[in-house]
Amino acid sequence: MPAPYDAIVIGGGHNGLVAAAYLAKAGRKVLVLERRHIVGGAAATEEVFPGFHFSVFSYVVSLLRPQIIRELDLPRHGLELIPLEASFLPLPDGDSLCRWEDPHLTRREIARFSPKDAEVYPEFGLAMRKMAWFTKAIIDQPPPAPGSLKPGDLAQLLSLGRRFAGLDRDMLYLNLQMLTMSAADFLDRWFESPVLKAPMSVSGIIGTYLGVRSPGTAYVLLHHYMGEIDGAFRAWGFSKGGTGGVSLAIANAARSFGAEIRLEAPVARITMRDGSASGVVLENGDEIAARVVLSSVDPRRTFMGMVGKEQLPNSFVEHLSRYKFRGSSGKVNLALDRFPDFASRPGIGPHVRGDIAIAPSIPYLEQAYDEAKYHAFSRRPYINAVIPSVVDPTVAPPGKHVMSCFVQYAPYHIKEGAANWPEHREAFGDAVVDTLAEYCPGIKDIILHRQVLTPWDIEQAVGLTEGNIFQGELSMEQLLFLRPVPGWSRYETPVRNLWLCGSGAHPGGGIMGAPGELAAKKILAGRKV
Amino acid sequence: MPLPTPFFPRTSQLCTSLLWKDWAGYYAVRSYDTYMEREYYAFRHTAGMVDVTPLYKYEVGGPDAALFLARVMVRDAAKLKIGQVTYLCWCDEAGTVIDDGTIARFDTDKFRVTSAEPSLAWLMRFTRGYRVEIEDITDKVSALSIQGPTSRSILSEAAQMPLEDLKYFRFKGARIGNQDVVISRTGYTGDLGFEVWVENAGAIPVYDAILGAGEPYGLMPAGLDAMDMARLEAGFIMNGVDYYSSNHCFLESRKSTPYELSLGWTVELDREPFNGQRALKAEKEKGPSRALVGLLLDWPELETLFAQSGLPPELRRGAWRDPVPVYDKAGRHVGQATSGTWSPTLKQNLALATVRSEHAAIGTELDMEVTVEYRRLRATARVTKKPFFDPPRKKS
Repeated sequence: MPAPYDAIVIGGGHNGLVAAAYLAKAGRKVLVLERRHIVGGAAATEEVFPGFHFSVFSYVVSLLRPQIIRELDLPRHGLELIPLEASFLPLPDGDSLCRWEDPHLTRREIARFSPKDAEVYPEFGLAMRKMAWFTKAIIDQPPPAPGSLKPGDLAQLLSLGRRFAGLDRDMLYLNLQMLTMSAADFLDRWFESPVLKAPMSVSGIIGTYLGVRSPGTAYVLLHHYMGEIDGAFRAWGFSKGGTGGVSLAIANAARSFGAEIRLEAPVARITMRDGSASGVVLENGDEIAARVVLSSVDPRRTFMGMVGKEQLPNSFVEHLSRYKFRGSSGKVNLALDRFPDFASRPGIGPHVRGDIAIAPSIPYLEQAYDEAKYHAFSRRPYINAVIPSVVDPTVAPPGKHVMSCFVQYAPYHIKEGAANWPEHREAFGDAVVDTLAEYCPGIKDIILHRQVLTPWDIEQAVGLTEGNIFQGELSMEQLLFLRPVPGWSRYETPVRNLWLCGSGAHPGGGIMGAPGELAAKKILAGRKV
Repeated sequence: MPLPTPFFPRTSQLCTSLLWKDWAGYYAVRSYDTYMEREYYAFRHTAGMVDVTPLYKYEVGGPDAALFLARVMVRDAAKLKIGQVTYLCWCDEAGTVIDDGTIARFDTDKFRVTSAEPSLAWLMRFTRGYRVEIEDITDKVSALSIQGPTSRSILSEAAQMPLEDLKYFRFKGARIGNQDVVISRTGYTGDLGFEVWVENAGAIPVYDAILGAGEPYGLMPAGLDAMDMARLEAGFIMNGVDYYSSNHCFLESRKSTPYELSLGWTVELDREPFNGQRALKAEKEKGPSRALVGLLLDWPELETLFAQSGLPPELRRGAWRDPVPVYDKAGRHVGQATSGTWSPTLKQNLALATVRSEHAAIGTELDMEVTVEYRRLRATARVTKKPFFDPPRKKS
């Protein structure tokens, strides 16, 4: 009897949905199986308290690929993005720095701290855009396969090589510096003001268990500038109604192409026949067959949890066991009775229509990391906050606000053991609120509700191993043809007919959708289904 | 949000059109009237006064100030006399232009630099080893440009002193409206004209005194739209319009050397090392691959093209700066016209263009794209000597 589905996608997060939409669009019969009661995975909106809609986990759309927006026609399916207009840095001494879309305004802001930096800032931006132009070619195709002699692979390497050679010499040197340096050291080469360097450096550490002075973090700075290359699509932003809006739009697109999405349908394991994946068994015992299975779940859960290591080559298992998750961040979502005034710039001004960083200096950030290194959460953490209700009133009752705080560091492995996180959850929440109160003195009085998510909570809620928001660290040794396992980076796995399509595959995490898109395209191009 | 300049209390009262633009982070009047033509004619027949405060201004001082400027700029500032101003550009090590502007020498060890773009960080990069101090005075010093045939009489009256002896590209101190000012015989219109520099605190009295003195001489506040027409007649290039600072170019091919901008005359090559010298020597030897030229459009041909659509020839209002391609007579793409205007004074349709060197000789006939009734056509454009408009009074 032929399988009822061409493809089953495990996990209805944004990447699983993107993969399903592409396969369905190509005429394949697709079933998406989502464990939770809503789609979205870590890109979901939930009304945690009545009237307050939280982007519970992921809170800004990072680099949703323009071709996905275009090819799945996401705006027609409900995607509405609101650009982030500013990056605001309140300082403990009552001063502040805000970086804007308007270059003159930004120059004046930076010049208060360093007239030199103010002028170097756009030059840095240009250099980063040039570099990002090169990097973009990498994230929009499967990773190159070094050593492969297949004509297609060689052609891809050659075209990347040409693009690399097309960078002028200064850019090549810069590229090498970025590959090897820490974010802090790299920024030291350009800027003198600590006030500017601190908030810029944090793009290098988000989601990693590394500090701004750890080598290798410079490269991740580029991610921030990749969005500018796709500037016309304004893919950096808030999703209207919360981050879940992105997932809903992709789900709508997938359904419009005929994909079936089943909620509250947790997969227990992947079934095998003759060494190939043949379908899945749900936790309720239902067995569903399909010609191929795509997993958007992270690699460890997929292989150790749903396949079983006895089915896998030993070397693969070994590599996989060394793949680093090391979740290092938590999330605190606040429902607020009114707008929280920042001492340095009170009121609802344009400065809060973007992201707000608590990152007053490089030593502050490094100190936060020091605590995490020894398996404790930072008493004074780096916080990236957004108040989406300022630009999108649909997410809170009139006059009330929601504040979403991404908090680093909150290591998964605390001294007391990850399973004991619940005992420390509120202390962690208090540390975050105490930190915020140093910049927003009145905030404690206006908190109506507080949702604290430790990395352990994130793992429990959405299944991200060790609470790593990227399904595995975005560090150099786990990127490109090394992600997630050397030799298995192109969405194929040692199990025939089982494919990876989540952030644990190239090019990694964030609401990009690229792993889902590239996996589906690879499957279709190879006529695997 | 841009900032107001110190003249804003006056200019905002006078700008009845509400036509403003952002110039280097300041509010700047595009035209006081809804149509800029009156202001343009003031430059050529009486005088117009433009608030040019947003120009970037730097004070460069110290025993090595002259040596330092000579090291970073294409011209040898050490040769500048006290009280003299010069126009020049500065380059990166590859010899491509970062910006153009002026230097004025106030004393043996004191200069003032003006530029179109922020330049402090770039200048600071080279100070090591020089006894020099650089101060950004952009937000401290206001400036008015009074341009046109009656400008000298107006300022003589406002300053209560004769200005006949103030030669072209010279400056001197004066008092206007009880304020200390510097008057330089410089400008961006190619006419007889002056620029008045004053500390911010004195801006309003100076403005009032000049406007008052100018009344019988037909002085009129003028905006950037009118000045854009005048600068094109004068053949002056603009950073960000006719060329791009090498600091901002994504593509190498967008960058330009001084020779390619036809600013070779500002380059003093044979002297102590300066920024870009080696690259510029090589460039001069092999010859630049392109040139920035003036173009005059052939009016009868334009008339014919319009007539073919049943139209009389249409003129665009004011200056334009959306580039159009330029072709040789064989139809090959050889460059682009980057800005242009109808010249009400010369009764000519003129443009600035960058073209391949072999097409840059005066008199060469090229084709420039023109749009007639939504159709893209080509009309003959002749390479012409710049400045297009060069009245004797400019230097007299």
